[in-house]
Amino acid sequence: MLTTKNKKYWKKNLSYLTILLFIWFVVSFVFGIVLVDELNSIRLGGFKLGFWFAQQGAIYVFVILIFVYIKLMNKLDKEFGFNEL
Amino acid sequence: MSIQVWTWILVGITFTLYIGIAIWSRAGSTKEFYVAGGGVSPLANGLATAADWMSAASFISMAGIISFNGYDGSVYLMGWTGGYVLLALLLAPYLRKFGKFTVPDFIGDRYYSNVARSVSVFCALLVSFTYVAGQMRGVGLVFSRFLEVDINTGVIIGMIIVLFYAVLGGMKGITYTQVAQYCVLIFAFMVPAIFISIQMTGNPIPQIGFGGADENGVFLLDKLDGLHKELGFAAYTSGSKSTLDVFFITAALMVGTAGLPHVIVRFFTVKKVADARKSAGWALLLIAVLYTTAPAIAVFSRTNLIETVSNKEYATLPEWFSNWEKTGLIQFNDKNNDGKVQYLANANDNELIVDKDIMVLANPEIAQLPNWVIALVAAGGLAAALSTAAGLLLVISASVSHDLIKKMINPKISEKGELIAARLSAVVAVSVAGYFGINPPDFVAATVALAFGLAAASFFPAIVLGIFSKKINKEGAITGMVVGILLMLFYMLKFKFDWFGGGTKEDWWFGISPEGFGTVAMFLNFVVSIIISKFTPNPPLEVQKIVEDIRIPSGVNAAHEH
Repeated sequence: MLTTKNKKYWKKNLSYLTILLFIWFVVSFVFGIVLVDELNSIRLGGFKLGFWFAQQGAIYVFVILIFVYIKLMNKLDKEFGFNEL
Repeated sequence: MSIQVWTWILVGITFTLYIGIAIWSRAGSTKEFYVAGGGVSPLANGLATAADWMSAASFISMAGIISFNGYDGSVYLMGWTGGYVLLALLLAPYLRKFGKFTVPDFIGDRYYSNVARSVSVFCALLVSFTYVAGQMRGVGLVFSRFLEVDINTGVIIGMIIVLFYAVLGGMKGITYTQVAQYCVLIFAFMVPAIFISIQMTGNPIPQIGFGGADENGVFLLDKLDGLHKELGFAAYTSGSKSTLDVFFITAALMVGTAGLPHVIVRFFTVKKVADARKSAGWALLLIAVLYTTAPAIAVFSRTNLIETVSNKEYATLPEWFSNWEKTGLIQFNDKNNDGKVQYLANANDNELIVDKDIMVLANPEIAQLPNWVIALVAAGGLAAALSTAAGLLLVISASVSHDLIKKMINPKISEKGELIAARLSAVVAVSVAGYFGINPPDFVAATVALAFGLAAASFFPAIVLGIFSKKINKEGAITGMVVGILLMLFYMLKFKFDWFGGGTKEDWWFGISPEGFGTVAMFLNFVVSIIISKFTPNPPLEVQKIVEDIRIPSGVNAAHEH
């Protein structure tokens, strides 16, 4: 049974997914691969920035993305009464 | 104490620990055997997933591959971590809500068809077997180098250990041994990395250290780029693969990671949907510790290697050089008879060949660390290989006893009968894996790439579409999976095994390597599934209800009764 409440919850979930996956794509595929040469002209201490994204930065952002998603969804579940004890 | 004595002690202690855990946590029901009873805490599941995921390849080979390929090695770093974002956001919570035991369970129910179920059982077995052979080989290698037993004896010892806790404990035993194995492997990986980082840059954190400078204030990466230029190699930080190929390989590894059945099934073991998300977060955090350290080790060991051997008198080289020369993994051939080692990119003048796989294993010796650290690396390599092998064996045994026997051949089988079948198929699976470990097919390396490509081309689209669309029907999903797998198999066989007329790099379609082709096959799977579903009847209403139900996290226990 598809209630409006369920629909609203799903829509909100999809909007979170879109934003987070956009960031996921940008830090790895755009910064780490497509624009790597351009970013390499910028330095981050001993690192070239593009290289740093490909071998370090993207991974840190991935971890942060999942934890942000956990936070957002736990809040959303509570709001809709879908959280379980 | 010698390295060998230390290795026996550390390996002995860790193996005793694994067996003890297995006895304490043996499985009594099919639910315990397949999904550890469904009550694993998110942190424990994160630890187990991390150990399950990080194989002999991650532990032993990856840093070495990066060390030799520089920037090009990034595909593994981003590919094998980025997949967890897809898992956490697109798959894990919904599959947990669905609440069955295996991936073919989901595909079979969602696409209301035993054909779909059979196709996915076939893929799961193919992916898992290709992957597990490499693990047993890794076990044999570590045994033979550090304990100086024959490779085959090493494989057999490894088989007995895995057999013991996988068969006895099922998923429950595996989960808790994997928790212990994560701790062993990460400790073994980090200790030498921290030592070497302090030695080379004065910074105890390798992730920051490899962006640091040496005692003369020259940044390590600039120095390495300079060394590479002198010797004729491509600059370490820029690499030589085409951008397009790097893009496709990274995507194939990410999607393949998210589609691997032994990883997905781990998320069936937690209590509720929120825990599935949380344990994916823990898993990636714990994996990231190793994956962000590996590129640092790569830079340290590359610099160390070049500075220690390049243009040095062969007679004055340190002891580790001749130790590894004996194993055949380092080869020196003094072509111009000047008594010095010329290590150059130009194959005609180059006198030194170093096997990629030894960088992590030899690193502590090159950096002159104490013997117990070297022994620790051996124990860590074993933990990495055994934990992954066990996870894969469980997928194989569940595919046979649950998906094939219980769901298709004999639905009336009793709980006890199914449990016996599960244990028997685990025994058979271990034996087959051991056989491949002792008689490795030449194509082990190639088939690991094949495993990712296949998982990307088959499972990922079927599962994602099954969750995010109510309109995809069995006709669409089955055709999509079959087309995806066949195309991927064709491309791999053609360009890796010289079938269908073979071909070289110049013949690659759009310049995409077989490793990256999984991405193309995955796209085709998506397109075919969507188009065919448009022109065939919608799925039945009860299936559409399942889809609506898995999108809502509450009510897990109600959905679990079956």
